[in-house]
Amino acid sequence: MLYREAGDFKTSYRDDGQTFPIRLDRWGYYIVLAVAFGIIPFIINDYWASAVFVPFLIYAVAALGLNILTGYAGQVSLGTGGFMAVGAYAVYKLMTAFPDVSIVIHILLAGGVTAIVGMLFGLPSLRIKGFYLAVATLAAQFFLVWLFNKVPWFYNYSASGQINAPERTVLGWAVTGPATSATAKYLICLCFVVALAWVARNLTRGTLGRKWMAIRDMDIAAEIIGVNPLTAKLSAFAVSSFFIGVAGALLFAVYLGAAEVGEAFGINKSFLVLFMIIIGGLGSIFGAFAGAAFMVMLPVLLKNVLVGSLGWPTDLAAHIELMIVGALIVIFLIVEPHGLARLWALTKEKLRLWPFPH
Amino acid sequence: MNQLATEEGYVTADGRQIGGTLMEMKNITLRFGGVVAIKDISFDIRQGEIRAIIGPNGAGKSSMLNVISGFYVPQEGEVWFKGYRRGPMKPYEVARLGIARTFQNIALFDGMSVLDNIMTGRLNRMKAGFLSQALWWGAAEREEIANREQVEKIIDFLEIQNIRKTPVGRLPYGLKKRVELARALAAEPQLLLLDEPMAGMNVEEKEDMSRFILDVNDEFGTTIALIEHDMGVVMDLSDRVVVMDYGRKIGDGTPDEVRNNQEVIDAYLGVSHD
Repeated sequence: MLYREAGDFKTSYRDDGQTFPIRLDRWGYYIVLAVAFGIIPFIINDYWASAVFVPFLIYAVAALGLNILTGYAGQVSLGTGGFMAVGAYAVYKLMTAFPDVSIVIHILLAGGVTAIVGMLFGLPSLRIKGFYLAVATLAAQFFLVWLFNKVPWFYNYSASGQINAPERTVLGWAVTGPATSATAKYLICLCFVVALAWVARNLTRGTLGRKWMAIRDMDIAAEIIGVNPLTAKLSAFAVSSFFIGVAGALLFAVYLGAAEVGEAFGINKSFLVLFMIIIGGLGSIFGAFAGAAFMVMLPVLLKNVLVGSLGWPTDLAAHIELMIVGALIVIFLIVEPHGLARLWALTKEKLRLWPFPH
Repeated sequence: MNQLATEEGYVTADGRQIGGTLMEMKNITLRFGGVVAIKDISFDIRQGEIRAIIGPNGAGKSSMLNVISGFYVPQEGEVWFKGYRRGPMKPYEVARLGIARTFQNIALFDGMSVLDNIMTGRLNRMKAGFLSQALWWGAAEREEIANREQVEKIIDFLEIQNIRKTPVGRLPYGLKKRVELARALAAEPQLLLLDEPMAGMNVEEKEDMSRFILDVNDEFGTTIALIEHDMGVVMDLSDRVVVMDYGRKIGDGTPDEVRNNQEVIDAYLGVSHD
């Protein structure tokens, strides 16, 4: 009743293939976009930006990237943290080497560099699958972190071994560096997220997306109908790494401001992003957002409830919080192994009938 | 010279004109280690005919189909297609030559909708560049719509309009077989290989599938090579039949000729060894 697909007729294949085929969905997303661009920037403060919105947006990009590789193309990767580090160090080197070029171009180029590195580490996927591929990408994770630690050129020979983002502006607004306002951080991340989510949707509904899904679902049949596994798998690695590289660049330059590779881009990051797409839903754009929101906001929510409302000591709350997050992940996966995206789809099916079940 | 002289065709019992040679297998031998799966087999497939490959279990029929579709590379022998000798090729290269196939155990993409599955059959015709696809602008969108129109024709043809948007994983067996046929047809192949298209079907589903096979051959002029166990179906559908047993060819000809071939009867009914 509340949610209807009936009566929403398409008279051309162009309409049927549009970004949001169902009218109600379309309006829903337009409203979300209007709120995200028109209202939140004016009311956002530092706490909300750094605790919730900016990390959510950045991890959404990373989750989109990993979801393209794992959810759509079926190639498991544990190298996300390492690839984010590539994006971060690439943007750092570019920012310091070419201070006059726009940071937006730097971030996109950092994504490009990561795409090349990702393709390189994707080569083993041509021979190995599943767990074995996961182990191979794990090697990428450790190798890349080691590389950025050991080669001083990457951190410009700084004494601390850290990289620090200098101040850069977009249209006169500082988006990196210590003087950045919450609104600027939020807006630049939002622009990247919206643009990249749209690209992800376009790629996955078209030819390339079908090739990826064909390889995921049955690689032998895919080859028989004319999919070249080499180009399909490597393009998935390249596109996915591009997204993850952009996420890494944003995480370092806009969010953290300063980073040490082992801490910021360790194996924990790989697992965090993997959890996001598993909880959110593999092979779903919405799932990447839902998973990122879940993993970023749940700890913040719990902390506010436990410390703020119940008045627990902070250290106790911090430990309990980890346990609750872990338990919730397990419960979610038992209730709905296909993630939040499937739960959302089921809700929509229920809403279609509600309140008249027959 | 690589050009194979194409002979004249023939006229079938029901009056259809069959053209020259489309595919020719010459002295194919295929071994797996010490096991000889196919032993020195030669036969041809003519333009526009329905060619059946039959034989008892383990006769090497599926291996033969896999040789045609490029999965297996025979140790000896030559494969000629459209007048040219085909060297060792990857399966996706064979697909681009215009050979499509279905599988004995359905090989559809379970996570995708019926429509997307059939659209994958046309991947080789989609040439839009990466940027165009990423921005959904120009070539990518035009191509998507043009190919969608073709796919919709096939959906109409196979009468699966109502399950267009259903994920394939949810479909019953008979419909999956039909969707797989649709995917193969979407590629507009010159040669369509069907590996047991009627395995596990009830009489009604078999009738539907037979009708579709005949219609495909009739309306699109597609040459069809099929493997099938149901003798009634094979004899009714096919123009010529190759019979295999233990990797050898023991019969080749029209259904009537094959039916009366003593060696074939022995292979199917068994022969007393005394």
